[in-house]
Amino acid sequence: MSMPIKVEGLTKHFGSFEAVQDVTFTAAAGSITALLGPSGSGKSTVLRMIAGLEQPTAGRIWMGDDELTAKSVQERAVGFVFQHYALFRHMNVADNVAFGLRVRKEEKASRDARVKELLELVQMTHFAHRYPDQLSGGQRQRIALARALAPRPRVLLLDEPFGALDAKVRQDLRRWLDELHRELGVTSLLVTHDQEEALELANQVVVMHEGRVEQAGAPADVYNDPATAFVAGFVGAANVLHGHVVHGHVHLGTFQVPGADHLEEGAAVAAYVRPHDVRVTEEETGVRGRIERMATLGWLARLSIKLSGGETLVAHVPHDELGGAKEGDEVWVDLRSPKAFGIESDSAGSAASADPVNGQGVTSPVA
Amino acid sequence: MSGAAQTVGIRSVPVRSKDRTGAALRHLGLRGAALIYLGAMVLVPIAAIVTKGFGDGLTSFRTALAVPGAWPAIRLTLLTSAVATLINAVMGTLLAWVLVRYRFPGRRVLSAVVDLPMAIPTLVTGLMLLTLYGPNSPIGQALEGVGLRVAFTSIGILLALCVVTLPLVVRQVQPVLLELDPAEEEAASTLGAGAWFSFRKVVFPAIRPAIVGGGLLTFARCIGEFGSVVLISGNLAGKTLTAPVFIFQLANQFRPAEAASIATLMFAISFVLVLVTARLLARRAEA
Amino acid sequence: MSAPSSTSTVPSAGAPGGRRRLARGALAAAAIAYVALLLLLPLIGIVVRAFEPGLSIVGDTLSRPEVTHAFLLTAIITLITIVVTTFFGLVVAWVLVRQRFIGRSFLNAVVDLPFALSPVTVGLAAVLLFGTGGWLTDFFMARGIQVLFALPSMILVTTFICIPFTIREVVPVLEEFGLDEEDAARTLGASIWQTFRMVTLPNIRWALLYGIALTTARAIGEIGAVLIVSGTIAGLTETATIYIFTALEERLVAQAHVVALVLALTSILVLVAIEWLHRRNEKARSNA
Repeated sequence: MSMPIKVEGLTKHFGSFEAVQDVTFTAAAGSITALLGPSGSGKSTVLRMIAGLEQPTAGRIWMGDDELTAKSVQERAVGFVFQHYALFRHMNVADNVAFGLRVRKEEKASRDARVKELLELVQMTHFAHRYPDQLSGGQRQRIALARALAPRPRVLLLDEPFGALDAKVRQDLRRWLDELHRELGVTSLLVTHDQEEALELANQVVVMHEGRVEQAGAPADVYNDPATAFVAGFVGAANVLHGHVVHGHVHLGTFQVPGADHLEEGAAVAAYVRPHDVRVTEEETGVRGRIERMATLGWLARLSIKLSGGETLVAHVPHDELGGAKEGDEVWVDLRSPKAFGIESDSAGSAASADPVNGQGVTSPVA
Repeated sequence: MSGAAQTVGIRSVPVRSKDRTGAALRHLGLRGAALIYLGAMVLVPIAAIVTKGFGDGLTSFRTALAVPGAWPAIRLTLLTSAVATLINAVMGTLLAWVLVRYRFPGRRVLSAVVDLPMAIPTLVTGLMLLTLYGPNSPIGQALEGVGLRVAFTSIGILLALCVVTLPLVVRQVQPVLLELDPAEEEAASTLGAGAWFSFRKVVFPAIRPAIVGGGLLTFARCIGEFGSVVLISGNLAGKTLTAPVFIFQLANQFRPAEAASIATLMFAISFVLVLVTARLLARRAEA
Repeated sequence: MSAPSSTSTVPSAGAPGGRRRLARGALAAAAIAYVALLLLLPLIGIVVRAFEPGLSIVGDTLSRPEVTHAFLLTAIITLITIVVTTFFGLVVAWVLVRQRFIGRSFLNAVVDLPFALSPVTVGLAAVLLFGTGGWLTDFFMARGIQVLFALPSMILVTTFICIPFTIREVVPVLEEFGLDEEDAARTLGASIWQTFRMVTLPNIRWALLYGIALTTARAIGEIGAVLIVSGTIAGLTETATIYIFTALEERLVAQAHVVALVLALTSILVLVAIEWLHRRNEKARSNA
C-alpha cells in the first residue's frame, strides 16, 4: 500500500542556525522523489523530520490523510535507510532484517518467512548468518534496505544511501534500486547530492539550497528549464558567461545570445550554457573562437574553446560534428538555449561563487 | 508535477502529542537522576571534608601543618609519590613498547600480569611485599646483609606504590602505540635515522601526552594510597608515616578537624592533577 | 645511530645485525624483570607462605565463623555496590553522551573526583557526615538508623570509590557507536526501552562487564575507607580485608595469608572470566 507524502512550510532551526526554511512539496504515491542539493542544504534534515528523528520548528507533514507532525518515530511506520547503513553490528544479517518484525511481536514462523523473502529480493540469501563487518559496503546497504522494507513501511526514506560507496558499486546499486522500486512501487524519498543519481532515479526532483527549495519538478524540467541560477549551475554542467541585457538579449562584449526577454534592460546577467549546447560550425554564425585543447570521451570530444572576447568555454561535441577541426584551429561557435539570470538576486550571487574564476568553467562534469 | 501543496491552514508550532511530552520528561528525569546520584554520592562527602578542612579558612592549613608529624608525613608522601611516578613513567612506557612491538613467548602472560594490581586488593599487595622482603623472609634478610633494608623504610613505601600503579602508564601508552602508523618510523629510517633517533623524534612526541596523563593518574593514586603502604611502611612518626596513614590515625584518635585539614590539602593537590589529566586526555582524543 | 646493516630500511623488520637484536633482548628482559620483581615474586611468596603451615590451615581458617562472616560482609557490600554503580553508572553515561545541557562538563568532571580522593579521606568524610555533630547524624538518629560503624556507611564509602569505573568504561564506547543504530531501531518501530535493551546494551555490554569487573575487584579489596567507618567490631563490621588487617595485629599471620590469597584469587578470577568470555564471543562470531 503506497501513500503520498506532503510537507508544508517545514522549518527547522538549530539555535540561531536556520537549517530548513519553509519547505513545501508533495511526493506522489508510488513515485521516487529526489531531494537534491549540496551538503548543508538541509535536505537530510527534511528527511529526518519526515521520519520523526528531528522535530520541526514549524510546519506540517502528512502521509495520505494521516498527519504525522506530532507523532512519534515508531508510530510513523516509515522505512529509513542511512548513509552509513546503521546495521546492528552485534546481530547477523537475518536478525537485522527481522528486527522490525520482532519489536512488533510477529510470530517466528511468519518472521522467518518474511526474512527469507526479503533476502531473496536483495539477493543476499547466502549471507543470512554473516555479521555486518563481514560484508562489503554494497552488501551492507542491500541488507539495510531489506531491513527497512521488512515491516512493510508506508514510505521509504533513503538518506544518501549510496554516498559511502565507490563509483562502480554506486552505479550498480542505483540500477538495482530502480528495478526494485518498479517492482514494489513504495513511495520513496531519496536524499542525494549527486545530480546524476537524482535525474536517473527520480520521477520528481526537489532542488534545495541553503535550507530552501529552489525548484521542484520532473527531472527533464529541472534540467531544461532551471528556475534559478543555482539550479542551472548545480543540476548538470554549465558554462557561465557574464554580460548585460540589451533589447532582450544577453550582451557579451563581442557577441550576444537570446533569452533575456524577462529581464530589465541594462541589468547585469549571467548566461548559463550547457557544454552540449555549445556547437562548433563552419557557418559564420555566433562568435569566433580557438580550440585550445581537445580530449576524447569516447564518441564525444571535450573541447576547451577560447572566445575572441577572452572567455573560455567547455564544449561537448560528437566527433562526427567536428568536421575535422583540430587543436589550435579557429572555429565558429554557436551557443544554443542559453539561460539568463539576473545577478543582483541572492541565488545568482551564490551560483556565481560556485563557478571558477572569470566565468568560464563547467561546474560539474557530465558523464 | 511542480509539487504545489493544497492550501491548508498552517499552524506555526506543531502540536505536542503525549508521546513527545513523555520523551522530553524521560530525558529530564534521567538527567535529574544523574545529577542527584553524583551530587549526593560525590559532592556532599567532598563538601563535608572541605568545609571541615577549611573551617578557619587558610589558617586551618597552618594549624594542620602545625600538628606534630604532619609536615614530615606530607613531605614523605609527595617525595615517594614523585619518585614512584618517575619510575613507572619510564618502566611503564618500556613495558608498553615491549608489549606492542615485540613478539616473544610469554607476551600474553606478561600483558595479563601487568593488569594484576587492578585485581589484587591493595592490602594483599602490601602483605605480599612484606612477606617477600620483610625481616622474616630469606630475601629480606639477604638484602639487609648487603645493607639494603626494604621493610619499614621509604624504599618499602616506594616499592608498594610502584606495584599498585604499575598498569596506569602502560594502559595509557599502549593504545596510542598501537594506533601509531609504522609508516612514520619507516619514513624516518629511510631518511637514515637510527632506531633511537626515530624513537625520540617520531614515537615519543606521539605518546608524550599519554605518558603525562598516565603519570598524573599515577601521582594522584600514590598520594592517596593506604592499603599497600600501611603494612610495609611501619608507620614510624616522622620517618615512615605517610599522609594517608597519618589521616587514618588522626581519624581513629577522634581528631577529625586536623584530619580533615590535611585531607583537604592532599585532595587539593590531586584534584588539580586529575583536572589536568582530564584536559590532556580530552585533547588527545580530539587530535 | 643507524643500524650496522645498511640494507634494512624497515625498523620493524629486524636487522640481522646482532646489536639491534641485543638491544631488543635487553629491553624485553628489563621489562620482564621489573614485572617479576614487583609482582610475580611477591605473588609466589604469599602462596608459599599461606601453605607453609600445611594444607589444613586453609580449611581451619575458612571454617572460622569470623572469617565466614567477613567474607559474607564483603560479598554483601560488593554486590550492592555493583548494583548501584551499574544502574546509575548507565544513567550517568547515557546522559553524558546523549544529552547536551548546561553543566554537562561539570558533571563529567565530578565523575572523576573519586580518583582524586584518598580512600582514607572518603572514610573521614563519612565520619564527618554521620558522626557526632555531623550534617546528617540527627536525621538518621531520629529514624533509628545506625549509619556509622555499621553496614550502611561501609556500602556508601565503597560505592563512592567505585563510581568512576563503569562510567569511564561505558562512555567512550557509547560515544563511538553514535546514534545511527539507535535511530535505525526507532524507525523500525522499537520503543525507547526496546532500543536500549536490543541495540544499545548489546553494543556496550563488554565495556559494561569490564567496568563491573573493575568495580568488583576494587570493592572486594577496599580497606582504607571501610576501616575508618567500620569501627572494626569483630564478627560484626569486619570485612575480609579488615580481617586480614586485624589478624596481622593479633599475630594470626597464617590466617591472614589464607584470607588474602582467597581475596586475590577471587578478584583475578573475575577479571580473567570477563576476558575469557569476551574472547570466546569474538571467536564464535568470526566462525559464523
